[in-house]
Amino acid sequence: MKDAFGTPQSLLVLGGTSEIGLAVARRLIARRARTVWLAGRPCPELEAAAEGLRALGADVRTVAFDALETAAHEESLGKVFTEGDIDMVLLAFGVLGDQANDEGDPPAAVRVAQTNYTGAVSAGLICAAALQNQGHGSLVVLSSVAGERARRANFIYGSSKAGLDAFAQGLGDALYGTGVHVMVVRPGFVRTRMTAGRPAAPLATTPEAVAAAVELGLRRRSETVWVPGTLRIAMTALRHVPRPLFRRLPV
Amino acid sequence: MPAENPLPTDLPTPVDPFVPVSGWGRTATTTAAVLRPRSQDEAAAAVRDWGVRGGIARGLGRAYGDAAQNAGGTVLDMTALRRIHAVDTEAGTVVCDAGVSLHRLMEVLLPLGWFVPVTPGTRHVTVGGAVGADIHGKNHHVSGAFSRHVESVELLTADGSVHTALPGTDLFDATTGGMGLTGVILSAKIRLHRVETSLMSVDTERATDLDDLMARLAATDHRYRYSVAWIDLLARGRALGRSVLTRGEHAPLDALPARARRDPLAFRPGRLPAPPAFVPAGLLTRTTVGLFNEFWYRRAPRSRTGRLQRIPSFFHPLDAVPHWNRIYGRDGFVQYQFVVGHGQEETLRRIVRRIARRRCPSFLAVLKRFGEADPGWLSFPVPGWTLALDIPAGLSGLGGFLDELDEEVAGAGGRVYLAKDSRLRPELLAGMYPRLADFRTLRARLDPRGVFASDLSRRLGL
Repeated sequence: MKDAFGTPQSLLVLGGTSEIGLAVARRLIARRARTVWLAGRPCPELEAAAEGLRALGADVRTVAFDALETAAHEESLGKVFTEGDIDMVLLAFGVLGDQANDEGDPPAAVRVAQTNYTGAVSAGLICAAALQNQGHGSLVVLSSVAGERARRANFIYGSSKAGLDAFAQGLGDALYGTGVHVMVVRPGFVRTRMTAGRPAAPLATTPEAVAAAVELGLRRRSETVWVPGTLRIAMTALRHVPRPLFRRLPV
Repeated sequence: MPAENPLPTDLPTPVDPFVPVSGWGRTATTTAAVLRPRSQDEAAAAVRDWGVRGGIARGLGRAYGDAAQNAGGTVLDMTALRRIHAVDTEAGTVVCDAGVSLHRLMEVLLPLGWFVPVTPGTRHVTVGGAVGADIHGKNHHVSGAFSRHVESVELLTADGSVHTALPGTDLFDATTGGMGLTGVILSAKIRLHRVETSLMSVDTERATDLDDLMARLAATDHRYRYSVAWIDLLARGRALGRSVLTRGEHAPLDALPARARRDPLAFRPGRLPAPPAFVPAGLLTRTTVGLFNEFWYRRAPRSRTGRLQRIPSFFHPLDAVPHWNRIYGRDGFVQYQFVVGHGQEETLRRIVRRIARRRCPSFLAVLKRFGEADPGWLSFPVPGWTLALDIPAGLSGLGGFLDELDEEVAGAGGRVYLAKDSRLRPELLAGMYPRLADFRTLRARLDPRGVFASDLSRRLGL
C-alpha cells in the first residue's frame, strides 16, 4: 500500500533496463519500496539491473516482457499481479529510433511507433485493469516533451510519444474516481545511454531529477509532471509559435 | 473528494457500490465497496460473502490514516447498527450496538447521571471503533484505555459466527486495539462513570517550557481525573515546549451557580458552520500557525482554578466545527502520535527540539502522561509520555523527517499509535508492539482465509 505521502511499497517497471526507470526504482527503494518487478526482454543487462537493486535491499524479480509482443502481455503482466498488490506501475520502455535513417526505412519507423505507442497501449490497459481490481495504485507513464509538438528533427519518435501522451491522459480521466491514479511525466532532454552522443538540448536533465519529480508527483497526486518544471512554461510558449517560424527553430 | 462517511443515511445499497474512502487525514484515498448492514444478520451474510480482498468494519471514519479503508474490497459501514439495547442505571452499564457514537451515548446517558468512561478528543467515534482502536482520553492516567471499562464484546468472526469475548481471554486482548482485524465488533457492554452534573471544573495553568510542563504533570496529575497539555511546538530556545495545562473534574452539584443547578445534566453541544468543501492547501503555514500559537498561549490564564466548562468545550472543542479536517486542503494532513516510557524524558525533549527546529506548523499538539497499560496486544498506551501533533501532509520532506522520529521512538522502546498512523515503516512495528507475533498467530487461526483486511493491515503486514 502507498503511505500518506504516496510512496509505494511495491513497484513494477515496464522497461526494466531503462535508466530513468531504474533511477526511479532506486529512489523509491530508499523510501518504502520493498518489492520490485523489472519487466523486459530477458538479457544480461536486465539481470544486472535486478542485481543492482537487490544490493539496495529490495526483493527484486524479473519478468519477460517485450513491448512488440502485445499478444503475450496479458499473460506475463497478469502473473505479476497475482503474486500481490502492485502500488505503482512505471511505464518506462521506449526507443528513440534513428530519424535520419528511419525516414527512408518505413519498417524501422513502424517499430518505433509500435514500441512506444502500440506496446504502451496494450501494457497500459492491462495494468490499468489490474490496478482497478485492487482498488488503488498509480500508473506512471514516461512521455516526452517531444510529444508536445512534433519537430522536424525527430517527428517519428515525437509522434509516437504524442500518441502515448494523449492515451495516458485519456486513461487518467477514465480512471478518475476508481482509486487508480495516472500520472504523465514529460521530461525534456535526459542524459542517458539513449541520448548519448547527441548534443544536449536546452534545459537538459538527468534520470535522478526525473526520479525526484516522480516522487513529488506521487505525493501530490499530480496528473502531469514536467522535468524540469520550467519546461512547462517553455513549451507553453513553443506550442504557440507559428509553423513557418517553428520549423526554422534550432531545437 | 473522498467521502468521510461514504453513504448518506437512508439510501439502499447502490448498484455500483465502489466509492473512494479515506481516513480523517484525507490522505491515500482508495476505493472499496461500501456496504451498510442494517442488522447483525446482514453483517454476517456480508462477511460470509467476501471475496479475496476481504473487508473491514468502519464507524464514523475518525481514524486519521488507512485503518478503515480496504482497497478493492469491502468496507462495512457500521453506523446503521445504532441501537442502545439496555442501560442499567443502578450498576452503571450500557449494552449497545457497535455503530452507536459516544455522542449518542452522552445524549442518552448524561440526563441519567452517567458519563462514558473514556472519551477521546472527539465524541464522533463509534463504540466499535473505540474498542477496535482501544482509545484513550484525558483520564488515561487514572482510568486507563477504553477496553478497561468493557465487560464483554460480541464479535462476528470470519466464519460468520458470533463470539462473546470476555476480558482476560486471548480473543478479547487481540480485539481491543486489534484495529478490526479479528472480526466485526457487533456490540459491547460498557461500564459507565457516575456524574452529578454535565459541567467540568477546570484548572488552567501555563508552563513556561517543556521541563516545567513535565515537572508539573509528574507532581500533580494524580489530583485530577482529566489532564492534558496543549504544547506550542513552534516555540524555540528558552520557550521550547511552552504549554497550557488544562486539568479538571466533573463538577459536583454544589459547585454550580443556582441557575445552572436547575438543569445540572443538560447536554446541548453547539455547532459552528463547516469550512467549505474546497479549501486551498497551504493556509496553515509557519506564519499563520505561529501567530495562532502565540495568541493561544497568551490567551490562557497563568493560573486559574475552578472554572466551569461544558463537556463539549472541555473535551471536544474541535467537534464544534464539522469537517474541520478540510482546513488542510486537498493534500490532507498526517497525525503523528507516539509514546515513550517514563525515564525516556531525554528522548521526548530531543524529539520536541527537533520538531521545533524543523518548524513544523502544528497547532493541535498535545502532551499527556499515560498511566498503567491495558492488556490489549496492539493497544497503544503504555506508562509514560505521549505527544500527538497534526502536520500538513504537503510539507516538503515530511516523510523522511517522521521516519527519523520513528527511529528515536523505537530506539527508546516507544511506539506509534496505529489508529493515527498512515506512514510507519513496517519493519519497525514488531519492535514497537512485542505481542505482534501472537496477534498474527491468532489471526491466522481465526481467519485462515484472510477475510479481514484493511489498507493498514496490508501496509504494515499486521
